[in-house]
Amino acid sequence: MTDAPLAPPRRLAALLSRRPAAGRARSGALHRFLRHRLAVAGLAAIALMLLACWLGPLLIPYDQLFIDIRHRFAGPFAGPHVFGTDQLGRDLLVRLLMAGRISLTIGFAAMALSTAVGTAIGLVAGYRGGLVGAALMRCVDAVLCFPSVFLLLALAAFIRPNVVTITLIIAATGWMEVARVVQGQIRTLKARDFTLAAELMGASGFYVMTNELLRNAVGPIIVAATLTVARAILAEAYVSFLGYGIQAPVASWGNMLNNAQQYLGSAPWLAIFPGLMITVAVASFNFVGDGLRDALDARVEL
Amino acid sequence: MAGPVLEVRGLSVGFADGRRTVPAVHEVAFTLHPGETLALVGESGSGKSVTSLALMRLLPPAPRTRVTGAALLRGRDGTVHDLLALPDAAVRALRGDRIAMIFQEPMTSLNPVHRIGDQIAESVRFHRGLDRHAALKRAEGLIERVGIPDAARRLRAYPHELSGGMRQRVMIAMALACDPAVLIADEPTTALDVTVQSQILALLKGLQRETGMGLVFITHNLGVVAEIADRVMVMYAGRIVESGGVVPVMTAPRMPYTAGLIASVPRLDLKGGEMVSIPGTVPDPRAPPPGCAFAPRCPHRRPTPCDEAVPPLEAAGAGHDVRCRRWAEIAAAAAPRPALEARA
Amino acid sequence: MARFLVSRLAQSLLLLVLVSVIGFGVLHLAPGGPMAQFALVPGMSQAQLAEIAHAMGLDQPLPLQYWQWFSRLLVGDWGHSYRDAQPVLAVIAARLPATLELMGAAIALAVLTGVTVGVLGAVRRDSAFDVLSTAGAMVALSIPTFWFGLVTIYVFSVKLGWLPAGSRATVGDASLWGYVHHLIAPACVLALVEVAVWSRYMRSAMLDVIDQDFVRTARAKGLPERRVVLHHVLRNAWLPMITLAGLELPTLLGGALVTETVFTWPGMGRLFLDSLGYRDYPVVMGILMVSALLVLIGSLMADLVGAVVDPRVRLD
Repeated sequence: MTDAPLAPPRRLAALLSRRPAAGRARSGALHRFLRHRLAVAGLAAIALMLLACWLGPLLIPYDQLFIDIRHRFAGPFAGPHVFGTDQLGRDLLVRLLMAGRISLTIGFAAMALSTAVGTAIGLVAGYRGGLVGAALMRCVDAVLCFPSVFLLLALAAFIRPNVVTITLIIAATGWMEVARVVQGQIRTLKARDFTLAAELMGASGFYVMTNELLRNAVGPIIVAATLTVARAILAEAYVSFLGYGIQAPVASWGNMLNNAQQYLGSAPWLAIFPGLMITVAVASFNFVGDGLRDALDARVEL
Repeated sequence: MAGPVLEVRGLSVGFADGRRTVPAVHEVAFTLHPGETLALVGESGSGKSVTSLALMRLLPPAPRTRVTGAALLRGRDGTVHDLLALPDAAVRALRGDRIAMIFQEPMTSLNPVHRIGDQIAESVRFHRGLDRHAALKRAEGLIERVGIPDAARRLRAYPHELSGGMRQRVMIAMALACDPAVLIADEPTTALDVTVQSQILALLKGLQRETGMGLVFITHNLGVVAEIADRVMVMYAGRIVESGGVVPVMTAPRMPYTAGLIASVPRLDLKGGEMVSIPGTVPDPRAPPPGCAFAPRCPHRRPTPCDEAVPPLEAAGAGHDVRCRRWAEIAAAAAPRPALEARA
Repeated sequence: MARFLVSRLAQSLLLLVLVSVIGFGVLHLAPGGPMAQFALVPGMSQAQLAEIAHAMGLDQPLPLQYWQWFSRLLVGDWGHSYRDAQPVLAVIAARLPATLELMGAAIALAVLTGVTVGVLGAVRRDSAFDVLSTAGAMVALSIPTFWFGLVTIYVFSVKLGWLPAGSRATVGDASLWGYVHHLIAPACVLALVEVAVWSRYMRSAMLDVIDQDFVRTARAKGLPERRVVLHHVLRNAWLPMITLAGLELPTLLGGALVTETVFTWPGMGRLFLDSLGYRDYPVVMGILMVSALLVLIGSLMADLVGAVVDPRVRLD
């Protein structure tokens, strides 16, 4: 039946939806406020952490490797060592900050690498499609079958661990999700007209990929990259905690926890502070990623 | 049994939007007698669906919507319940039992993961306390009654295995499961193709004759109204703008809006006549016009009196009300022609 | 259904082959490779090393080695542990039950809690509970499992003394309670991340369903809200969650490895770490393959179950 003058009842649907419209219920505002606030807080925490890790050690009168046997196991918040000392009397705060440099560097570097690799593979798989695309995506699936901790450890155990190799390994086990996100995004974008338009105008495949498709997939890539930093920091912590990552005496949050394990009963602060640092760092990146996902309207689940 | 089975008085609905309330329905009132069919007509956004959902208490709860007025439903034992004032639990006991509703979209209104027999039986089980077996037996009877062949087998079908028309029959069976006194049908045929539409209409009419239920039939299609209704109520921008018996309203509409709607029904008998549509769109409920809501689209608009204040509902005949200040003038001018100006 | 089954099986087999190539490649191409442990033994001459390599078939071209390894894999000959010369499969099989037990307990816990939290959050959308549980889930996803394990041990074992600090059972105590008592802490620790994942997914799956027309139909029938939510919304929302169970297996296995380490739980994860320490290459390889296989089978099962319980997929 034709109903030419009668538009579909879209407005009614919007009104009837149980989702509150902008600024409607008070608790809804609270929700958005908090969500938004958490992303902002995450960003602030990241900035603060970067600042503290790179400037903080310069202001603290202890060296991360300075051993002071007379002040072993000094408790936190009492005396000159704010966060206490470890079993060798080293200042915990300065070690935490120095470890932060390592952990955050690895996090960002691994993110950059795995995002680059994942984007490249996802781009090719999504744009080419067909057999090449299918083969690439099956490889992604196959790598994803391995629990990443197992793969990380298997690789780390056979490699001399340092910041560079650990970064490489984490990137090697972390690019698949980005590849999936990009491939999915590219495939939907490719179906749209502007790709065809560019091709009709004689643009090369490479040009279309980089200039048309990639530019339009930036939102999801940024979200995925942010969440990848969080995963990379966690991955470093896992590997180092299990003894195959950054090696003593260089500190990373993960290996500080490995060391703290045996003093759990007598010096719990050795375990509590590094763990809190990891949690705060990872949560900050997760919140920022979540906020970006809402802001950029990108449905990315990692 | 004399007296109405449903009486609605001063029903108004507003939606919270930030700090203010956007009115969606103003002061709607009507009565419905057993066996009677009242058609509620209007474009989308006119408030007809909101009215029906408010009666069913299916709108989002209080802070988000404001519903005032009364909707008096006569219970099985003759006592009268105000649907708008009862606590939730008491409304649930009536809903699906004394007053039932079928919806526009048969494709999405059935739960895809439950068998249709169970979905029909569900309301009997809850309202009548039947066990699953007895309820399914009753569901089988209902499926037969709504004209679905091979009822015993269909009982075990999933919604996706049925066509749109069949699904709407299932919806009807579900609504009739407890012999409601009032059935609200919200555009039950809009999503269906034409041949199926008339089958569903015939089915509803037949079932109404059998059960004597009152039917509130919501539609934007006046062709359907002529076929099924006893009385018509035309809504525009949340207000009743014309109401009366189906014959006077359809043959001698007093409100220019009604006339426009009638003129826009595609007619097969008028060869060469172009289909007419009402220009413009429904006003934004956030910023309603100061006077008659239809004035901005009305071919008969005069700044005075049309834009001065919202016109009241005036009697234009026996049981025929109209919300137009100029209806008498217009009627006099167009006396010979009932359906006015098919400006082609 | 049959076609779906066949294509899904074929896909899994293809994945299995790819997985084996990757696993084989990882350990062979890594510096040191399977010979690493012998190279470290003092007094081992170059000739002896070559002899061992020859005996192990390591001097043959890689594709050939892979083929021999893979064909033996298919018939269940997974080689012998370098450490104690036991067959790899037997070594793994001895440890697998402990891991599965831990994972099973954690999954049960995570699904129950996560689904409950997710459903309540969706039903009371934007309530204080919803906001807090959503933010809480995000934090839970950010807590390193091993650290949470350490904190749990510190609080419940060291300070309160309520729970044992590790291992699967006390020697000499074979009672059911003894087992359960040991299981509580590691299962909770392993479940934490999964609770967060499940509640997030459950919440959004519920929200996808809760505004749909058939839910309004259910309300129009006069059903109690509880039945509307559980029977109509949840029954639709949990269908995609079955697939999630398959997708979450790798995370769960990885978490199990870490949890087992912290709680000295004698499962496959600990075995993996020990074997890494000994460069026990066949066992490492075996565990990698077993975990990938578990993931493959798990996601295959999840897909099949998902197809069976969704009536819309059950086409002839």
